[in-house]
Amino acid sequence: MIEVKELVKRFGNITAVDGISFDVDKGEVLGFLGPNGAGKSTTMKMITCFLAPTSGTVIVGGKDILEDPLAVRRQIGYLPESAPSYPEMTVLEFLRFMAEMRSIPRGEIGGRIEEILATTGLEEVRHQIIETLSKGYRQRTCFAQALLHDPEVLILDEPTDGLDPNQKHEVRELIKRMRHEKTIILSTHILEEMEAVCSRAVIIAQGKIVADGTPAELAAKSRYHNAVTVRTRDPQAAALREKLQLIGGVNEVEFTPGQDGGPASFTLFSENNRPILPDVTKFLETHDVAVEEIFAERGRVDEVFRNVTQPVA
Amino acid sequence: MNGLIPIVKRELLSYFRSPVAYIFIIIFLISTAGATWFLGSFYQSNQSSLDPFFFFHPWLYLFLIPAVGMRLWAEDRRSGTIELLLTLPVNLLTAVLGKFLAAWLFVGIALALTFPMAATVYYLGSPDTGLVVTGYLGSFLMAGSYLAIACFTSSMTKNQVISFVLGFFICLILVLLGWGFLQALLVNVFPVWLADAITFFSFSSHFEGFHRGLIDSRDVIYFLSIIGFMLFATVIVLEHRKAS
Repeated sequence: MIEVKELVKRFGNITAVDGISFDVDKGEVLGFLGPNGAGKSTTMKMITCFLAPTSGTVIVGGKDILEDPLAVRRQIGYLPESAPSYPEMTVLEFLRFMAEMRSIPRGEIGGRIEEILATTGLEEVRHQIIETLSKGYRQRTCFAQALLHDPEVLILDEPTDGLDPNQKHEVRELIKRMRHEKTIILSTHILEEMEAVCSRAVIIAQGKIVADGTPAELAAKSRYHNAVTVRTRDPQAAALREKLQLIGGVNEVEFTPGQDGGPASFTLFSENNRPILPDVTKFLETHDVAVEEIFAERGRVDEVFRNVTQPVA
Repeated sequence: MNGLIPIVKRELLSYFRSPVAYIFIIIFLISTAGATWFLGSFYQSNQSSLDPFFFFHPWLYLFLIPAVGMRLWAEDRRSGTIELLLTLPVNLLTAVLGKFLAAWLFVGIALALTFPMAATVYYLGSPDTGLVVTGYLGSFLMAGSYLAIACFTSSMTKNQVISFVLGFFICLILVLLGWGFLQALLVNVFPVWLADAITFFSFSSHFEGFHRGLIDSRDVIYFLSIIGFMLFATVIVLEHRKAS
């Protein structure tokens, strides 16, 4: 549905986007991750034809952004980063204007707006001037605008920015409900958000793609992948460390002494990230260690994120 | 031209939602009437004509019109709504034209509200109706030219003050070119044909005909081409912003 091809954007001497290519299919929710200034917003602005690329192009639903920008824009619903809207209009007036601009037939506009007000939870503020709304409502008003024409493609630049945890949850649920009929690209720097809603993640840093895969694949790149964490209140916990080291397949053991009366914890890293949970469990049983908690790690995305986005010193 | 009418409607709605619109109209009415009565000695001239009223328009528009036009694009750039507008399926030209037309209509409304001026003249005497009509028409066309210039300067910056000052100066140059004192100076320095050519570009010389009751196609074309050229320049500036 979306093909990004060798996209480059330079601002003067600064290369904001440096040769990015990826495809997104219908039904996919692509999470666009990266530190601030990595080029996420710039890439989105090029896909929506707001900025022209220095080189490269994007094909959206078979239409090229350089050759037929209006046809591209017709297919896209876009939520810009700052969620702009016209502060002096009411929510209803704003949505009506956007619907007219989208050439939605006059007779359908009213019904369509009602539907969107209900989906985005804006019904009770429909007659309010946007300026007087809280940040969360303003964010949702701009989100509503992106959904009006039931677009094939949604480009959402930080859709949950500035929302409280409940509102964040609602927006994520909304995205999850829509994901099967649409192609969605969303940018975020909240990792749990990516894990919660995205079927795939692309991490970019300094304008280049540094990782691309499902959230599980990304987590598997972590050194914590398949590591086992054990919490225990055993008084001789510190002495256990060397014994644990001897379990077959265990590469390294990290020990954190218990603090404030809490349990001490060990993290056992395995060789080549092989699963070691059964071996560890058996060892702990035979040595009669009182275990409070034991689990195998899936991997820590934040650690992978740091590793791939920070330039090697 | 899909989307033109919604843009014009939205922009007009925005004008009347903000107190700035009403303040503008009040200042517009006070300054035009004030200039006519006090500077133009309307009452003392003992003529039933709107001449003293129209005479000051090129000067009053210098600060009034850039004040209307300064926010046209600068405000959208500042607030980020430009990103909404220019990612909608509309041509850039449509967007530029829509915003311009709304502002021009707004100025037209302010101009139409000076009708008590005309009514006074009709009450006191019997003016030539043709003169009144052409005067208003000329003033409206001239306001459009000022506004197109302000629209252009507004597209260059997100700062409304810069936009205003730039617009003011470009308009000032175009007004001064037709000023008698400068004309005499130009004739002394340049050959007559060049001095005439420079003077040709002034606002006031093209406006004069209108308040003498003449609708000269050259004057109409002059104002319309300034509008066309400046709106085209606005499109270029916005196109350039996209690429840089």
